[in-house]
Parts: sequence; structure tokens; C-alpha cells
Amino acid sequence: MSEDIAERLKKIVVEHLGVDADKVTENASFIDDLGADSLDNVELVMAFEEEFGVEIPDDAAEKILTVKDAIEFVKSNQS
Amino acid sequence: MFDLTGKSALVTGASGGIGSEIARALHAQGATVALSGTRKDALDGLASELGERTHVLPCNLADGEAVDALPKQAEEAMGGMDILINNAGLTRDNIFMRMKDEEWDEVIRVNLTAAFRLSRGVMRGMMKRRWGRIIGITSVVGVTGNPGQANYAASKAGMIGMTKSIAQEVASRNITANCIAPGFIGSAMTDALNEDQKARILSTIPADRLGDAREIASAAVYLASDEAAYVTGQTLHVNGGMAMI
Repeated sequence: MSEDIAERLKKIVVEHLGVDADKVTENASFIDDLGADSLDNVELVMAFEEEFGVEIPDDAAEKILTVKDAIEFVKSNQS
Repeated sequence: MFDLTGKSALVTGASGGIGSEIARALHAQGATVALSGTRKDALDGLASELGERTHVLPCNLADGEAVDALPKQAEEAMGGMDILINNAGLTRDNIFMRMKDEEWDEVIRVNLTAAFRLSRGVMRGMMKRRWGRIIGITSVVGVTGNPGQANYAASKAGMIGMTKSIAQEVASRNITANCIAPGFIGSAMTDALNEDQKARILSTIPADRLGDAREIASAAVYLASDEAAYVTGQTLHVNGGMAMI
């Protein structure tokens, strides 16, 4: 199940940022490695919320800097 | 041109002279409109005049919680929120030396802070839909200043600066943010002026007449339309030439 979350989440990142799938590693930083700007970050968070049915408050969203951060958040907050 | 069929618009201050004309004009171009304001009777009257594609959402913009709730209510009522018209505003004039904190705070809260909160509230949906129009009704005095209106002029100048910042942030998402700056527009307030006062005002307006609220509404229709997609961060002055800036 957790693998499934990671795969689904990576797919969103690939689609949204238009980057190669092999670049989207767990340690990749959205801004530094994947070329996202701050607005892209907001949109990614919105997309994660929709895909996984979780709510990501602003203070949590600010701490989601890497793919791994996002996966961890979804894992620990999905009901 | 300027077809707004299928678009949803929220107009604040829709019971006022300019707000009601903006609502009429957007509606006439095919938009669904949500009418907000404090005077429910006037809003209901306008809604029944316009007929279908109309929703009434009373809101006191001095109440922060009510302001935050309004975008969601509008979105639920209309099934979307494409065009936000931050039109509501009030004046609490006083010469600067005598201006009270409350006079300052109230004008900033209703004219500027409410526009900020509403714009923030509609942004998420606009980002998702990759289409949006945020239109602030500012004033010529926000650019020129006006004695007795330090609070009002500050709120209107603030709106222009905020709009330019929003415009830069979200332009790539097909969302535009612009202001319309009316000059002297005929209204109940200008009707109450005496002949001397009117003559003095007219002497400053090259067009030699007051503006009509419908002329502000036409500008709003333009900025809301697809045709204005490449216009963002601008202030459109509609003032008969009284200030060319």
C-alpha cells in the first residue's frame, strides 16, 4: 500500500512539473532538483490533497520540500 | 465579443450604484452572478429584476469570518467562481489631523482587507480551473490623493499595489488581476451636491459631465472577458479625462 502511495504521488509530480520519471527520486527537492517554483509547490499540494483525500494545512505544506516529505505526510495522515 | 456565458461572478457592494450596474452588465453578457452586500432588500430587488442565473449572498465585509466564508458560499451557489469584483467600499472622511483610529481602521478593513481575503479565497479554484479574473474597483483618489480622504485614498492605493502583486504571481495560470479607477460618477451622493459644488467639480473634468455607473460596468465587462486575457496588473481610469495617469 505504501509503495502504491509513493508511485501515485510521483506520477502527479511527473505530470505536473513535466519532468522525467527517473528524476523524481525520494530525495529530490521540488524546487532545487525538479525546477518547481513556489506556485508549483502550492499546486502540487492541492493535487496531493485531491488524490489522497487528505488536508494539508499551510504550516505542514511549508515543510514539504522533497518527494519523501510528501510521501511521509500522506502516509501518516491518510485515514 | 465579451461573451461571459458559463462564467460565474461574485460582485461585492452589489446594492450600490456602481456595483448594481456591474452586476447587470455581467449578467447581460451571460454570466451567472452572486450579489453580495449588506442591504438584503436591495439585493433581492436586483435579483428579481435580473431573474435566473442570480444568487443573493448578504455579507458584512467588516466581519472577517463572514468574508472568509463568502467565496465558498459563492462557489457552492454557482458551481464555480471565475470573476471576482471587489467593489464594496465606504468612506469615513476627516481631515488628516483629526482622523480617528476607528475611521482609519474601518475604511482599511472594508475596502482593502476584505478585498485581500476574498481574492485569497477565490484563488484556489481559479488556479485549478486555470482561468480567473480579479477586478478591484479602486478610485482616482488612490492615485491622486484627496484632502479629507487619507484613509480612503490609502485603501484604494493599497488595492492597486495588491493587484499588481497578484497579477505577477498568477499570470502564468491564466488569471488576471486589474483595477478600475472611476472618477466622479453620478450617484445619490453627487445628486446631493449644490450647484456651486457641481460647477466646481465639472471644471476639473474635460468631458464636462459626471460619469455614469454603466461606464464603469462596461470597463468591468471588458476586463472580465476572454478578450482582455493579455491585460493584467493594470488600472483602467474611467474619469472623463480628469486625471490622465
